[in-house]
Amino acid sequence: MKIEILGTGCTKCKALEEATKQALAKIGGFHTVTKVEDIMKIMDYGVVSTPGLVVDGKVKSTGKLLSVDEIIKILK
Amino acid sequence: MWQEFVNYLTINIFGLNGKLNDTINFFIYDVGKIWFLLLTIIFVVSYLRTHFNTEYVRAYLQGKSEFFGNILAALFGIITPFCSCSAIPLFLGFIQARIPIGVTFSFLISAPLNNEIAIAMLFGIFGWKITAIYIGFGLLVAIFGGFFIGKMKMDKYVLLDVKPMEGELQEVKIKLTFAQRVKESKEYTLDIFKKIYIYVMIGVGIGAFIHGYIPADFIANYAGGDNPFAVLIAVLMGIPMYSNAAGVMPLVEVLTSKGMLLGTALSFMMAVTALSLPEAMILKKILHVKLIGVFFGIVGAGIIGIGYLFNAIL
Repeated sequence: MKIEILGTGCTKCKALEEATKQALAKIGGFHTVTKVEDIMKIMDYGVVSTPGLVVDGKVKSTGKLLSVDEIIKILK
Repeated sequence: MWQEFVNYLTINIFGLNGKLNDTINFFIYDVGKIWFLLLTIIFVVSYLRTHFNTEYVRAYLQGKSEFFGNILAALFGIITPFCSCSAIPLFLGFIQARIPIGVTFSFLISAPLNNEIAIAMLFGIFGWKITAIYIGFGLLVAIFGGFFIGKMKMDKYVLLDVKPMEGELQEVKIKLTFAQRVKESKEYTLDIFKKIYIYVMIGVGIGAFIHGYIPADFIANYAGGDNPFAVLIAVLMGIPMYSNAAGVMPLVEVLTSKGMLLGTALSFMMAVTALSLPEAMILKKILHVKLIGVFFGIVGAGIIGIGYLFNAIL
């Protein structure tokens, strides 16, 4: 899976990136996690409340700091 | 019932009397009441909010006519979650969707003004009437503030060049079950509560001390009706207190009971929530100082006007 974290650098965004990495460590397998900080790219996804979670190009969550368990549910 | 319980506790069990009893009794009563209302109201508001997100609001506001758009944006501001840290993506995202800058400002004024903490605190302290007045006039400031900013044609002061989007927006839809919504609201409520409960205690603590020990005319002399600058001073003092709405409001309660006029109190509370320095600093990255100045100026003037209006009527 190609996972992107959309966020301009707020504390919530960093926390979401961390939680996503933990979730992936639990799931296993080969995935990429990219932090998208370019505001224009975030706009391209149609997201206006950060942080956002994008999986394989699809927006799965916006404006929320998800827990590790929630992320695992989304990724499965 | 709660008051009777607290009376029983402080008088019969703690054996207090006089001014000390007044102070402690007031403290326990107020902290208990405010905590309970905060938990209830934040939970209800955050549950409602799981049905709205900013992306949805943007899609809805797209293509609405100007004045109607201002009204809708201000109303949405009540129900949508907003954090000043996401002010930039919000602002740019709205421009991208060709939503007029004035409508965006209506949203940007209304969202922090009508935040759940302020509403819960107001409701707990002053009851539903003052809360309704606060929300009503807050909406007016947001609608007309945004409308006037729109009329001033300040689009050139947006420093980043955002390309308007072609056609319709890609819809961001996230499905949640009822249980998920409840769980999410519960977590959010506890999260907020953990951040502010201590400020409620500090605010009520200082308030309780004033309530018990400081004579009424002391405050009335400084912030009462005789001082023509009371509202102005209250608004200026409110600007740096953004993050502490929870601690500030219990203080306002005591100040009004000791002679501060309600209009002054109302202006002060609106300044605390609507005019936020951190938000201004964040917006400075994408907006020219002039536009931020106009934003603060118009909102400030509106809030001050409301204060004087109320002091004159009541």
